[in-house]
Amino acid sequence: MNQRVVVTGIGVVSPNGVGVDSFTKGLKEGKSGIRFLKVLEELQFSCQIAGQPDLSELLISSYFNELELKSLQGSGLLYGAIAAKEAWSYAGLDKNIDTDWGSGCIFGSGHAAIDVIRDGIYKVDASQVKRIGSTLVQQTMESSISAFLAGYFGLGNRVSSNSSACSTGTESIILGAELIKSGQADRMLVGSCNSSGPYIWAGFDSMRVTTRKFNHDPEKGSRPLSASASGFVPGSGAAALVLESYKSARLRGAKILAEIKGFSINSGGQRNGGSMTAPNPLGIKRCIQNALQSAAIPSNHIDLISGHLTATMGDFGEVSAWGQALGLSKNQFPFIHSLKSMIGHCLAAAGSIESVAAIIQIQEQFIHPSVNCEDLDDRISDLIGKESIPQKSIDRELNCIAKASFGFGDVNSCIIFEKCKE
Amino acid sequence: MDKNEIKEKLKSIISPYVPQKELLETITEETELMKDLKINSQHLVDIILDAEDVFDIEIDDDSAEKMLTVGAAIEIVEKLIHSK
Repeated sequence: MNQRVVVTGIGVVSPNGVGVDSFTKGLKEGKSGIRFLKVLEELQFSCQIAGQPDLSELLISSYFNELELKSLQGSGLLYGAIAAKEAWSYAGLDKNIDTDWGSGCIFGSGHAAIDVIRDGIYKVDASQVKRIGSTLVQQTMESSISAFLAGYFGLGNRVSSNSSACSTGTESIILGAELIKSGQADRMLVGSCNSSGPYIWAGFDSMRVTTRKFNHDPEKGSRPLSASASGFVPGSGAAALVLESYKSARLRGAKILAEIKGFSINSGGQRNGGSMTAPNPLGIKRCIQNALQSAAIPSNHIDLISGHLTATMGDFGEVSAWGQALGLSKNQFPFIHSLKSMIGHCLAAAGSIESVAAIIQIQEQFIHPSVNCEDLDDRISDLIGKESIPQKSIDRELNCIAKASFGFGDVNSCIIFEKCKE
Repeated sequence: MDKNEIKEKLKSIISPYVPQKELLETITEETELMKDLKINSQHLVDIILDAEDVFDIEIDDDSAEKMLTVGAAIEIVEKLIHSK
């Protein structure tokens, strides 16, 4: 029998707020986490603005000791570990003394420790292999973050890291949810992280998919859905969720934050207009429809869409794919917004940060604004009414959110989050 | 640099890798890094690298393999400093 999957813990390290409280405040205020970064100017990037979580030494040392930090030198690893620790404790859980065979971890990343890779390569090239030390492998293997977390908490179910570009975060949640739904795990720590910095963002800068027009007005730079969108603003960070079977959550009296009603992962196969960098619109449509089907809900049940919406040419295609997938007319269209308008595109971390935002909004019954789209793209406002895109935070009854992410490689993922009912 | 100074410096090099800090209080020359101080074997490599930096020496593989007790570590470092 299928188990119901619920969320009992969340943690977040976002450019506009570190920790659930600060992030929630940021969401309500429409606070931007985008800043001008001197280092990007010095390195002659076209886009010199980015979203980077603000972590003080004090905060870092309140989470991990000196020895643990030696293995968390990659910024993505550190973001992921802090988010996961917050989520685990939010769920009322402690580090296990013995291995907990019922709990596992699927935690994804794009690059969790690119600076560590760089340092290692520099040492190799200088014939200093011996000077590399013991933590290069554990920090630079693709499973670095899940390996760290499993050891930290003592997790004995499936432990792995997924990677599927900008779909990684949403995908990690689905991969964990599948294990709980099928009864293979009781509890899964899921989420994703992405490092900050020039080595991560350089490739996108060179592809000219980031904006170069807002270096002097960073907070205005990330403009999903806007007529003046001119490319995405790169970001970074992490978020984590504790997923649990409804039964397990009830048994231990955990507070249930939301239910995962349905989900879908697919690929457009890089056909029919899809490519390495652009989605096949049919793939997106099928992914959304499959998620609705797995949740067994009609499309008019959805109150809010948390879009992928990056502020590139893809926004219009995405909105029209949502319209087709849901089959709803302009006046029936649910609310839709993009968290990327405040924090930029956090790449592998995007889907998990946006999912944590969705859960917070279900908990607190509000819809965060999609900032910087006062000048809506005409093609988009032809498809959906202006009133569907909140410019300011709205307090509102909110039962169901559809969250989707799309990534390079033409990969898609979609989750239906619902307020948990008995 | 005298033996005591080396011992104190080594102690501060080792300290971050010791999971239970109270174990550092009873260090003698016979103290074994892994068994007594519960240092993860993986971190012996890092201790050697840190010692190379702090004392400005180069510890070869054969010496490194012998650095299993505090006393052995002091002795190896002392020898390398004096042969500089």
